[in-house]
Amino acid sequence: MRTGIIDSANLNGGQQLAVKYFSVALVLFLAQMLFGLLAAIQFVQPDFLYNVLDFNVNRMVHINAMVVWMLYGFVGAVYWLLEEESGTRVVGLAVGNLAFWVLTVAVAVVVVVYLLVQTGPGNDLTRWFVNEGREYLEAPRWADLGIVAVLGVFFYNVAATFSKGRWSGIAGVLTLDLVALAGLYCAGMFYLTNITADQYWWWWVIHLWVEATWEVLVGCIMAWGLMHVLGVRRRIVETWLYIEVALMFGSGILGLGHHYFWIGTPDYWFSIGGFFSALEPIPLVAMVVHSVYDAGVHKLRNGNHPALAWIIAHTFGNFLGAGVWGFMHTLPQINLYTHGTQWTASHGHLAFFGAYATINIAFFYIAMQTWRGNIWLGSGLAGDGWKWKGALALLNLGVIGMTVALLIAGYEQSFIERAVEGSTWGGYFAAQMHPWFQQAMAWRLVFGAVTLAGVVLLVWDLLTIGVGETRRAPQFAAEAG
Amino acid sequence: MSTTPPVWASESFWKKVAIWVTAGSFIILIILTFDTLSKTAVGGSRVQAYSVINKAIDYRFDYTLNRYRPVFGGDEPLFGRSLSEDEAAALVTQGKKTVQAKNCMNCHTLLGNGAYYAPDLTKAWLDPNWGSVEEREARMLAFLLDPEKNAVTFSSGRKMPRLGITDAEARAIVAFLKWMSAIDTNGFPTNFKTIGHQED
Repeated sequence: MRTGIIDSANLNGGQQLAVKYFSVALVLFLAQMLFGLLAAIQFVQPDFLYNVLDFNVNRMVHINAMVVWMLYGFVGAVYWLLEEESGTRVVGLAVGNLAFWVLTVAVAVVVVVYLLVQTGPGNDLTRWFVNEGREYLEAPRWADLGIVAVLGVFFYNVAATFSKGRWSGIAGVLTLDLVALAGLYCAGMFYLTNITADQYWWWWVIHLWVEATWEVLVGCIMAWGLMHVLGVRRRIVETWLYIEVALMFGSGILGLGHHYFWIGTPDYWFSIGGFFSALEPIPLVAMVVHSVYDAGVHKLRNGNHPALAWIIAHTFGNFLGAGVWGFMHTLPQINLYTHGTQWTASHGHLAFFGAYATINIAFFYIAMQTWRGNIWLGSGLAGDGWKWKGALALLNLGVIGMTVALLIAGYEQSFIERAVEGSTWGGYFAAQMHPWFQQAMAWRLVFGAVTLAGVVLLVWDLLTIGVGETRRAPQFAAEAG
Repeated sequence: MSTTPPVWASESFWKKVAIWVTAGSFIILIILTFDTLSKTAVGGSRVQAYSVINKAIDYRFDYTLNRYRPVFGGDEPLFGRSLSEDEAAALVTQGKKTVQAKNCMNCHTLLGNGAYYAPDLTKAWLDPNWGSVEEREARMLAFLLDPEKNAVTFSSGRKMPRLGITDAEARAIVAFLKWMSAIDTNGFPTNFKTIGHQED
């Protein structure tokens, strides 16, 4: 094993596939930033790229790139841990590799069509081959079918590998969660003119993915990450994982109701949605307690400071972004005024970053460490690790800045557009033209640029961290039983 | 200190809790889904039949329920022609497909969901922005066909782009928006002053 240089001989088969997923994830992460920035500029300067690359296209690429890079990160993280966790080689790795290339080519084609064709006539061909025009689920139908097929291959790799090797607690939760992940996506794959029923099923994908199956998936990844980075005992992380699953699904499945207040569904969803979404932050508190406690018990001794820092960023980001920011506006009494305002965008930015971007970034560092020959990434890095620390600081500052700016804009909109003006178009523009709103959007743009700088620094750091490093990282795998 | 954890802290206990809680929640969700879908079928009291586009629609405060609700008046056919149920369904369907094909939801919100770069379309049909009930249809058509020239941006400079909407598609979008305005959205948006009742 050679140290200090990138060498795929340092990786097992699953990990070699994982780093491909991680590489594409980073490219899409940059694309997400770029198109988010274009959309943010258009809020401040509406003439920018008008009739060339309009807000609807930029925003679609922004959110789609985010969903897809996060999925690439999760899939990569699962392939990363698969062989170590199962104790055997990945079953069907060749078809797993093929699926990676199919998915990547499909994603590239979809993005090119989004940018060059943009919209089509109002018929079924557009939905099959251009875009579906349903927020977050814009991928045309052919790509939907491809995504399900690729998730099927992924599921086969995971389930067959654990079946051949050993089933751990993490393995069991992960495998069942992947059934839900692929199955729920199908709930968004049919056309309905009845927009109430359409949005009802749409939320099955969006909410049950993001607030239930994704959270459990990162719970599994996190559990493995804590064992790997900190040497936490398996019995402790797996017990916590089950507690999290119980709380996450117990609150998240019926918490779906908080999206059913205003789309034409019966009003019993007020009480169900309100009650269960008020419970939703609880599992996220458990997550904070669990990792801070684990880290404390181990006196933060570890050989991968960037990964541990991002794991801690994940716990707080998940609790604040998904938990606190989510709870702030999900009770119907408040949501009547905040629904469809920048308040949601504020929550969305902090939640997706805190819950999902952070844990993926932690895994990028875990991967880089092994890829360079399991090198030391603790204290005393070249330049005192200024690049990873800088990226951590810029990304967190940037996202928190955007979140606060959008929250201010959301308060202002709830007050002026919704409460005072009664949500007419005149009220909408009264809120959009108010200096409080415009200043907030300018700040969002500034902090968006800070975030982009953070991602650029992060990519630079990932490509260079540990170059020439010869010290080895401590091994925790042996004591993880 | 004992090495065996108490039952409430053991792995197997929480494994069982996780399974039962997940299964239980999911079963409740499935039951509620059947109920909700039956109560929100087209033609019910919450989601009107597509032929509601032949009627006058308004959105008024209901003092018994203490919230806003759609109310329906006499005949007010869209573009002067009363449509059969099938014709209305076909027109609204074409409208919804056009709204999806033109990616409207990545600027606007529909039922409050979508992007926030442009106004909510939930009750767009009823918005006082259209000037008067008499002019509404013509102004909506003109706007959809040439959004740049007919933009009312309230000096925000934010204009809808050219989306290549055809005349037939524009009429279908108007039908879809009219039909959507008749959905009972449980009082959302609250305090909304419709085109005919700005003085309330």
